[in-house]
Amino acid sequence: MKFSIYRYNPETDEKPYRQEYDVEVSAGMMVLGALMKIKEQDPSLSFRHSCGEGVCGSDGMNMNGTNGLSCVTAVSSLKGPVTINPLPGMPVVRDLVVDLSQFYEQYRAVKPYLMGHEPEPEIERLQSPAEREKLDGLYECVLCACCSTACPSFWWNPEKFRGPAALLQAARFINDSRDSATAERLSELEGPYKLFRCHSIMNCTNVCPKGLNPSKAIGDIKKKMLKHVI
Amino acid sequence: MILPVRKFDSLVIGAGGGGLRAALQLAHADANVAVVSKVFPTRSHTVAAQGGVNAALANVLPDNWHWHMYDTIKGSDYLADQDAVEYMCRAASHLVYELEHAGVPFSRLDNGKIYQRAFGGQSQDFGGAQAARTCAAADRTGHAILHSLYQQNIAAKTHFFDEYYAIDLINDDEGNILGALVLEIETGEPLVIEAKTTLLATGGVGRIFRTNTNAQINTGDGMGMALRAGIPLQDMEFFQFHPTGIAGKGMLITEGVRGEGGYLVNNDGERFMERYAPNARDLASRDVVSRAIYMEVKEGRGCGPNKDYVLLKLDHLGADVIKQRLPGIRDTSITFMNVDPIEESIPIYPTAHYTMGGIPTNRFGQVVVPVKHSAEEAIPGLYAVGECACVSVHGANRLGGNSLLDIIVFGRSAGNHIVEFLKSNRHHRPMNWDSVEQAMQRLRRWDDTSDGESVTQIRIDLQKEMESHCGVFRTEEILKDGIEKIRAIKARMVNARLTDHSNVFNTARIEALELENLVEIALATIHSAYARQESRGAHSRVDFPVRDDKNWMKHSLFFMQDEQLDYKPVRTKPLTVDTFPPKERVY
Repeated sequence: MKFSIYRYNPETDEKPYRQEYDVEVSAGMMVLGALMKIKEQDPSLSFRHSCGEGVCGSDGMNMNGTNGLSCVTAVSSLKGPVTINPLPGMPVVRDLVVDLSQFYEQYRAVKPYLMGHEPEPEIERLQSPAEREKLDGLYECVLCACCSTACPSFWWNPEKFRGPAALLQAARFINDSRDSATAERLSELEGPYKLFRCHSIMNCTNVCPKGLNPSKAIGDIKKKMLKHVI
Repeated sequence: MILPVRKFDSLVIGAGGGGLRAALQLAHADANVAVVSKVFPTRSHTVAAQGGVNAALANVLPDNWHWHMYDTIKGSDYLADQDAVEYMCRAASHLVYELEHAGVPFSRLDNGKIYQRAFGGQSQDFGGAQAARTCAAADRTGHAILHSLYQQNIAAKTHFFDEYYAIDLINDDEGNILGALVLEIETGEPLVIEAKTTLLATGGVGRIFRTNTNAQINTGDGMGMALRAGIPLQDMEFFQFHPTGIAGKGMLITEGVRGEGGYLVNNDGERFMERYAPNARDLASRDVVSRAIYMEVKEGRGCGPNKDYVLLKLDHLGADVIKQRLPGIRDTSITFMNVDPIEESIPIYPTAHYTMGGIPTNRFGQVVVPVKHSAEEAIPGLYAVGECACVSVHGANRLGGNSLLDIIVFGRSAGNHIVEFLKSNRHHRPMNWDSVEQAMQRLRRWDDTSDGESVTQIRIDLQKEMESHCGVFRTEEILKDGIEKIRAIKARMVNARLTDHSNVFNTARIEALELENLVEIALATIHSAYARQESRGAHSRVDFPVRDDKNWMKHSLFFMQDEQLDYKPVRTKPLTVDTFPPKERVY
């Protein structure tokens, strides 16, 4: 199968170009497997990867126009020639490696840690299964950036709009019965940009390799925000 | 060449659970701490741990830390150090509560307490009925813990060097550790990080084997750095093969599947573990279950067209339990095997999983080496925790659920010891530029542009040789041949060359540096295995099938220089309770 891959090394290339590779595809091969075959032929191709099973979130990239994790995207699910690009909208460091500083900055900005005002008990804080269930679909995020880099609002305002991944984290803590900073978290998201730049385009939900739904999470925060403001 | 220098009180190398837990302890004590990681912290391999973390909370069944201690020592086949095991099991409950307070989204019981599941090798009342000791966040416990610890470090304002690769430790002539030389991957620029203490938390080395559950990054970088600094590696012959990896591919399917009631069957549909472990059956220790699967396949009772795997059956658990408790492995099974475990059984086979051995430490995380008449002399300023270290709480075989516990307990205890060390060592020692230069040579060696062999091919050959010479069952003949094979591979390294010498995000260069570590550690592993003439835990010698406590109840120490082996006694005396003397290990 043919692969057409985005190449750019700032030390040697004036501008990005595409390089074609032929890969012998075996049954069940993932895109990551194909990339590793390519790297055996051409060690100069750079891309991030680690766990190989979709939990570390290293290998987000754009495959035939859709963001995803290469290690859990079957080559057989893609039409050849397969076009591979770095995640869109982020500065390219080299080849398929992008600079995610802005993405991580927005993640840190939502204060993604539990804030409690109550003293900690000597055992676990109690949480009912129903309360815990509210975290399902939120806590599993692997920070691969597939969603935020598929979002036109994030492309336009990466420094002002938190983006779907960071807002999913905000929702994870707003929905945690153990967190007592909901009002503070909601106030922090007020204004036209941080939360409300989301126009429910749903690209985030469509590309999430973990099957999470940032769009719905953002909608829920907006609803809570209305109540909070009133 | 003038190198940039950054100064911190404390340097942590590795941002998995062990490194982050230590960093958190240090940040809370107002120490100035830098965490260096070759990947963004949440990409560290702790993220892939599934089943849970052991602590005798007794939320589901009666339990206490002493029973946990017994199980851990029995599981270790009596090679674990009993003082360290007591320390770990006593600390477990408090530290799991602390994780909960830090935000870890544990699954819950109806009464609101943390959900606990049964896991292999767990018992009530010192070998009695099955216990339920493993605290779980569905089957994504490692992810939940790693993310929470990273988040807590954000709150604590820990200083992170993300995507920096550690080249080597820097030491002075008296043996003090002064920090490390690191490489910024994005720019290819070297950097000296000076610190009064250095903690290695670089994880395991499953990548020496072809089929493994480990991430690409698990190349034993800290162990390699230790070896090159003249520090031995302990008990490297004990490598855990996880019974349930996806057949032919290696992805992990958690022991939690069997904890929830799943079981193994062979081609006759027989629940074969009943023959190998009449009481614990599918929840026997991992070494026992892995050998059983191997034997079933060897004796022709494997499944599939090539009869080369067995099946893990869990469809009888029902869709609700699978979706609620085991959603992650269901995804993995569907993605990689096109098998939905709600409908069908998963094809599985043992796969390389966990490094029981590592850098020798005491229970404070201090790296300890033999000096003259003392077997355990601390190296000033150097610490190691987690899978790269050997405390030893896992001995010859680790129990499932004890690795997440290990990193939390000893990450914290090393952090505490470092805080004390910093109080009496208030100033940085003078930098030793000769040592920096030596580390730089390791880096520059890869700038050689003459022709040579590819790094990738050597790695592939190494993994193949280790798999065929140092697997589940071992013999003198095969190991001896294996040593020669690995030595030959090491010899090829001299002629290994990079074809790409660019600086910006050159992953080929990182892979070359990683391979140097893999080769040395593979040699340590196979040497230690060849020398140990007994079967204990994960080390099964066909030619020495029984455990030999008289001659071999001792820890191996492998030194890179001259491929030397040394031994030190097991610490059989716990801190407060009676010793658990070795006895026959049956499940």
